[in-house]
Amino acid sequence: MIKKSEKHRFSSPTVLEKSPSGIAGLDEITEGGLPKGRPTLICGGAGCGKTLFGMQFLVKGITEYNEPGVFMSFEEPTEDLEKNMISLGFDIKKLAAQKKLKIDHVMVERSEIEETGEYDLEGLFIRLGHAIDSIGAKRVVLDTIESLFAGLTNTSILRAELRRLFHWLKHKGVTAIITGERGESSFTRQGLEEYVSDCVILLDFRVIDQISTRRLRIVKYRGSTHGTNEYPFLIDEQGVSVFPITSLRLDHEVSDKIVSTGIKKLDDMFSRGGYFQGSSILISGTAGTAKTTLASYFAQETCQRGGKTLFFAFEESPNQLIRNMSSIGIDLKAYVDKGLLQIHSSRPTLYGLEMHLLTLNKLIKDFKPKSVIIDPISNLVSIGNEREVSSFLVRLIDLLKVNNITALFTSLTQQNINAFNEQTEESISSLVDTWITVRDVEGIGERNRGLFILKARGMGHSNQVREFLIKDEGIDLLELEIGPEGMLTGSARGEFQKTQSVQKLRKQKQVESKDREIERKRKILDANIHAMQTEFESVVEELNKLEIEEQELKKKIPSPLKSKKR
Amino acid sequence: MAKKNEFWQLKLYVAGQTPKSVTALANIQKYCEEHLNGQYKIEIIDLLKNPQLAEGDQILAIPTLVRKVPVPIRKIIGDLSNEEKVLVGLDIKPFKPKT
Repeated sequence: MIKKSEKHRFSSPTVLEKSPSGIAGLDEITEGGLPKGRPTLICGGAGCGKTLFGMQFLVKGITEYNEPGVFMSFEEPTEDLEKNMISLGFDIKKLAAQKKLKIDHVMVERSEIEETGEYDLEGLFIRLGHAIDSIGAKRVVLDTIESLFAGLTNTSILRAELRRLFHWLKHKGVTAIITGERGESSFTRQGLEEYVSDCVILLDFRVIDQISTRRLRIVKYRGSTHGTNEYPFLIDEQGVSVFPITSLRLDHEVSDKIVSTGIKKLDDMFSRGGYFQGSSILISGTAGTAKTTLASYFAQETCQRGGKTLFFAFEESPNQLIRNMSSIGIDLKAYVDKGLLQIHSSRPTLYGLEMHLLTLNKLIKDFKPKSVIIDPISNLVSIGNEREVSSFLVRLIDLLKVNNITALFTSLTQQNINAFNEQTEESISSLVDTWITVRDVEGIGERNRGLFILKARGMGHSNQVREFLIKDEGIDLLELEIGPEGMLTGSARGEFQKTQSVQKLRKQKQVESKDREIERKRKILDANIHAMQTEFESVVEELNKLEIEEQELKKKIPSPLKSKKR
Repeated sequence: MAKKNEFWQLKLYVAGQTPKSVTALANIQKYCEEHLNGQYKIEIIDLLKNPQLAEGDQILAIPTLVRKVPVPIRKIIGDLSNEEKVLVGLDIKPFKPKT
């Protein structure tokens, strides 16, 4: 029956041929798409996106893979479909006019139909066959064929005919999607999975804690390996997109480039002088410890280098952020105007985590930033449980790493000195490469800010807790000051410095007075030496005088010895 | 019995000369002869020859008998072996047991 497709398969005989679904992420899970030339069953409850799934498969098939398609709708009339799909960016009318897409609305009205005697569904086959042949369709969607069961009473005929239909579709060599309503105990109400058994995809729409998440699972895929997990998926103005979580591998390229933190003295605390490009950084700390300020510095730094920055503010509006940062000399507005900085503010509860991830994903694709800042990630906990947030962060960080984007997250921790086992931190700490903690250092009636590096993968870092000040001209990291009782901050530091300078002054005075004393002693000594020298000289002079006198005397008295000899 | 001024326009959709189609045609011709005394027209449409016509009348099952006139449109699917049902379905005769 599928000999036709077997002919094409000789190039890779072991691999099942697949048809790209056109649904972002789904091909990754299915390792290539839906089984080519075979029917796939998509089942799920009302409003979980079955029709859209099918329509996207067709539209993308036409626009991206040049495969015309037939959409046989058993539920919605053609006009309704056109209207519904235009809101998702699919211009069905245009495609139909181009003879690429054919929509056939099959209406089964029970009140109009009387059944008597034997019949078959050859009419449906002919209609479908005619539609396929008229545009050379490669893809077919039968949207909720189970509606037939509501219109026709003879289920035994229907079942037999449906079985024949699926065989016939296979024989036609078209890749088909058949949608079915989720049943009580089976995947579909009429047990269609018995007939369409090559590939079954289950869609699910769950609301947990008032936040809805759509999920997709591949129940079965004959002749192919596939992801088995439940994958969240989204429907937005660009259709369906699926996010595989666990298919992400840790094989992204790494960069050896260093980017500055934006603060010179903080750079100095890292042996390489900053963060690695494409790494993820966490700044955690209690309330009011200048996490956002540190993040803004990094944003400024990236923009100064000409890189684009995406700033997600979950707490402040863009204008508020700009105003607050301008108070310490960071002019974010200038970068926003230049188009280097985009600030996106929204409440985390606006939509589910998946939607946040999708928004991010889309913005990253459109904006192509060098750095992404999320301030703060701890707020996301309010819309998901720990595991969900954790999986969200894994995917987010992977997404950023794959794109070699430096990511900076801030995280609010509880007011507790040893708050390293806090929920969000636990889930993110192993994911981030660099972790900076800012915390309050309390004592002698004041609170001061201390900063230290908890970890920095791939480089050495300072072990010091550095106090920092936020002044009008920005952040200033102060040199470490160690007093007799450990690290000193704030006024204690000032006090200590004062004491130290007083001591210094005193010491200097002492030295000076000692110097003067020595000088005096030297002067006395010099005077003594001078006096003694004078005395000595006078003695010598006296002696000389005596000698001269003696010689003169000798001259006056003639020598008797001399005369005698002569 | 049919009223004097009424006219029945019927279409029988078939797909080739299948036994079911042949039976259906024979049946409807017989009923019309008996009950509509000439005020009818049966058009046979073979979908194998004209597949594009299936969409217009929302044909799914074969054979299907469609009553176009008088309105409303009625459809009867199957080989039309049950005379009672066909006549009621076509609104030719109200349902009541034969006397």
